[in-house]
Amino acid sequence: MTFFFQNLINALQWGSFYALIALGYSMVYGVLMLFNFAHGDIFMVGAYIGFGVATGLVALSSMGALAMPHWLILVLTILISMFLTSFVGMIVERVGYRPLRDAPRASAAITGLMIGIILETGNLALLGAQRISFPALVQSSTYDLGGVFVTNKKIMIVVVSIALMYALHLFVRKTRWGMAMRAMAFDYVVVPLLGVPINNIARMTFAIGSALAAVAGIFFGVAYPVLDPYMGIIFGWKAFVAAILGGRGSILGACLAGFLLGFIEIFVAMIFPSTLRDFIAYSIILLILTFRPHGFFGEPYSARLRL
Amino acid sequence: MQINNSLSPENKTLANRIRDSFAQVPLLAWLCGVLGAVLLERFLGDPLSELLGLPKIPALFGAVTILKKPQLIPGTVAFLFLMYIVPVIVIPRLFGSLLNRLADWLFHLSPTVSVAIHLGLLYLILYLWSDISGYRLLTLKLTLIAIIVTLSLNVINGYMGEFSCSHPGFLALGAYTASVFTLFFFVDDKVFGAALLPEFLGPFLFPIALILGGVVAAIGAIAIAVPSFRTRGDYLAIISLAFMFIVKSVIENLEFVRGPRGLSSQPNYVDLPTVFLWTVAAVWIINNFVRSTTGKALNAVRDDEMAADAMTVDTRRTKIVAFLFAAFWAGVAGGLFAHVLRYVNPGTFGIQKLAEVLAMVYFGGLNSVYGSIVGAVSLSLLGEALRPLEIFKWIIIPLLLILVMIYRPTGLIAFKEFDVMKLIRPKGKS
Repeated sequence: MTFFFQNLINALQWGSFYALIALGYSMVYGVLMLFNFAHGDIFMVGAYIGFGVATGLVALSSMGALAMPHWLILVLTILISMFLTSFVGMIVERVGYRPLRDAPRASAAITGLMIGIILETGNLALLGAQRISFPALVQSSTYDLGGVFVTNKKIMIVVVSIALMYALHLFVRKTRWGMAMRAMAFDYVVVPLLGVPINNIARMTFAIGSALAAVAGIFFGVAYPVLDPYMGIIFGWKAFVAAILGGRGSILGACLAGFLLGFIEIFVAMIFPSTLRDFIAYSIILLILTFRPHGFFGEPYSARLRL
Repeated sequence: MQINNSLSPENKTLANRIRDSFAQVPLLAWLCGVLGAVLLERFLGDPLSELLGLPKIPALFGAVTILKKPQLIPGTVAFLFLMYIVPVIVIPRLFGSLLNRLADWLFHLSPTVSVAIHLGLLYLILYLWSDISGYRLLTLKLTLIAIIVTLSLNVINGYMGEFSCSHPGFLALGAYTASVFTLFFFVDDKVFGAALLPEFLGPFLFPIALILGGVVAAIGAIAIAVPSFRTRGDYLAIISLAFMFIVKSVIENLEFVRGPRGLSSQPNYVDLPTVFLWTVAAVWIINNFVRSTTGKALNAVRDDEMAADAMTVDTRRTKIVAFLFAAFWAGVAGGLFAHVLRYVNPGTFGIQKLAEVLAMVYFGGLNSVYGSIVGAVSLSLLGEALRPLEIFKWIIIPLLLILVMIYRPTGLIAFKEFDVMKLIRPKGKS
């Protein structure tokens, strides 16, 4: 039983990465009905920005110019990286998606894919192929809860991730901006006529998604302190599948699907040889989608959604 | 005023004049021009490159020398000009009307003969061009295979209007099936033991291996088609993506095909004629398919499924048939691919392959056989030509594609019908 709970904790942590990334896919897909294939690489860029900011702050603090405790550095790293990465998202939107708003939807998916490749290659050209390690910002301490070992990192990652998801949920449900986003997801043609600035909404959607991806990137760096330019591919595509599994534009769905994917992967690796992980995870997803083609919380597709 | 100006012959722009002077040139003359160029290169290439101070004949239109050794640029440009551009312009210019009459005579004699002669000329050109070096031959084979792959994906993404991500999976299924077939029957190797059939039968039974690969890919496609065509929307994209990962993961875990290490030492059955014939067959059959009733029904389903349904199109059947058809050709291309490289591993058929194939389809143009050919050829050659730039190649090609998407969202040559009769018809007479 303790074995089970131990893996449950691991799965929660693993799933929160997926869930945070899946939210970005899901929001863009919900609001604009477009696949943002560059999002996995925005996650990678976020992790690297986080690395840069954290290294800079640690250096600043150790030089004595501005002594800061480590927890403050972590908080500042997260905030600054969220801010900077949201600009990456907005640039992606401006370059790859806004010119193609009226084009066939697949064309925008292609530009996203290509921007992703440019981000990977640009990173590779800039920083080289060697993996870099994230500075240790959190002093690891382990708690023993009746045989289940929990580190403070895991608690922090899971709690902050869920808090961010809830904050996003509140934002979308309770604010005017969130209402505008939901309106745009509901009807793409009439809503701009009612005075909703769709370009700003689209930009904001990308910015929020990218900021969440940056958090996922930093947490990934904290938990597994190795970054490489292709880390976005593996996580990105799986999170994309999770986002769709959750249903179009559903925040709760994307979170649940992200956690589900985390659980499947961890528990498959526990029971079967870990090489079967992808096979079983995708087979389960395929089965779910066969019986629920619109995902957990998605509405059935109707032609009315996008004319 | 304006109209008068453009009509009077002395005020024509240069571009118009050039276009007019080549308007009467049939395809036959262009092919003869290119044939002249490759013949010239074959016989005069070595002395000329020596004369211009080049180490050897530029392998791929001088891309490597231009990017790597700037001091050789003038020589390379002069070589390209003399070897390719001059013959390609001069021969159609001089013999244009003569060849036009020949094309006319051939066309009225029998269109089939005319098509055969055109194809023969094309093969001769490719053979002479690729005979210069092994590198050219390999590039050419891979380019021809890329044409099959791109065309088959265009059937789904262009003609059917869905977004399918499963092509690397189909390629993998075809590649592995064909490889297992040939390795099992015709090769003594460590994986499958001694050959079961005499080796001389191999080349004759190789088409069976390819078709088997195609059929296996089509069977795999059923796994996607049945769940995803119940609903309209983006679920094909997700399900096909999951399928791709599943195929890759399954092959990685199958020990009898050596898992992630891959299969090697496939027999060398795929020479240039084989690839050429299969490519011609693929273009011909796919072109006929998309122009058939099913193909038209497919376009109707893409544009408005409900209206198509009302017009008695069996939408589900149409989509499944087209999907399996495309998967079949992808499987055939996979089999050819495995036997050209004579090595496959599951890592080849991942996201990168997907990005490559999608790029070719969308670069060339949706819903168009021309577009697929142009996209596959130009991106394959560009990928090889920019190889000296190493990593920056992967910045230039995506940037190019983004620009194409922004200015021509459906690709360079989209929605254009590929009519062979129109292509070989003599010019000038209507």
